[in-house]
Amino acid sequence: MKQSEFLNLVMPFKDKVYRLSKRLLVSSEEAEDATQELYLKLWKNKEKISSYKNVEAFAMTMTKNYCFDRLKSKQASNMSLVHSNYKEKGETLERKTELNDSVSIVHKLIEELPEQQRAIIQLRDVEQYEFEEISKMLNLKPTAVRVALSRARKSIREQLIKQHNYGVS
Amino acid sequence: MELAKIEQLLEKYLEAETSVKEEQELSSYFSGGDVAPHLEQYRPLFVYFAESRTETYTKTIQLKSQKSNWKWLSVAASVVLLFSVYTGYNEYQVYQAEKAFEDTKMAFQMLNKNLNKGTAAIAYLGEYETTTNRIFKPKN
Repeated sequence: MKQSEFLNLVMPFKDKVYRLSKRLLVSSEEAEDATQELYLKLWKNKEKISSYKNVEAFAMTMTKNYCFDRLKSKQASNMSLVHSNYKEKGETLERKTELNDSVSIVHKLIEELPEQQRAIIQLRDVEQYEFEEISKMLNLKPTAVRVALSRARKSIREQLIKQHNYGVS
Repeated sequence: MELAKIEQLLEKYLEAETSVKEEQELSSYFSGGDVAPHLEQYRPLFVYFAESRTETYTKTIQLKSQKSNWKWLSVAASVVLLFSVYTGYNEYQVYQAEKAFEDTKMAFQMLNKNLNKGTAAIAYLGEYETTTNRIFKPKN
């Protein structure tokens, strides 16, 4: 496979890879490294890639696995200690949402969810994948995806209502 | 879009039973201007999702591993180290040989000096003999 062919195949979903990494790893730098690393892996396996039906789903699975590994590894535990560094980095998104504080509250609420639910929220509500695709990406049953997603959405809503009522009263 | 339908969709949404298309409908409803007051708390959620979708990866992706550079650097470093150890060892040997040479040279010089002292003493002895010869004429 030539480099140009490879790039045409994998570049369209680079933002999705980055956003999923960022959702899971929190810090932008970590997410950038993860994205870079993932594309290196894809490039090394370029011969195999053409045999996959859905390269994008495959890449998302790899991203998820890589990020979960990172979270488990020692470096990631160090990272969560220096967690505050993301705030400066995360500001790009937050600055945009300064008009509406409650939007950045959503960001924090999602961050507090378990990893699995965070990944599902990201893949469904942000990237708008079908349940079938998500269940393949995360190696879960479609029903399990639905249950986790419903749980995540409900807990975010509950928190939002609390925030909302607090703002009103 | 009528409010009843939105409410219904929201219920389904929370149960994770909406389709992607229905979720897009919800998204466009909440990003629009007129959201019903009692649904206002849902707005940040959908606005946030829509905003998240616009975030992009801005760095360039490199397909050549940067890690191998470090590998080569370590190889180069070890070569340099080996080379310097080797030349250092050679230098040291040369130095040792020079030192040994200097030492032997000094030893020879001392020997030479002392030998000369000896010959000088012998010269005195010779002088002594000529004077005795002068006083006591040797009988032939």
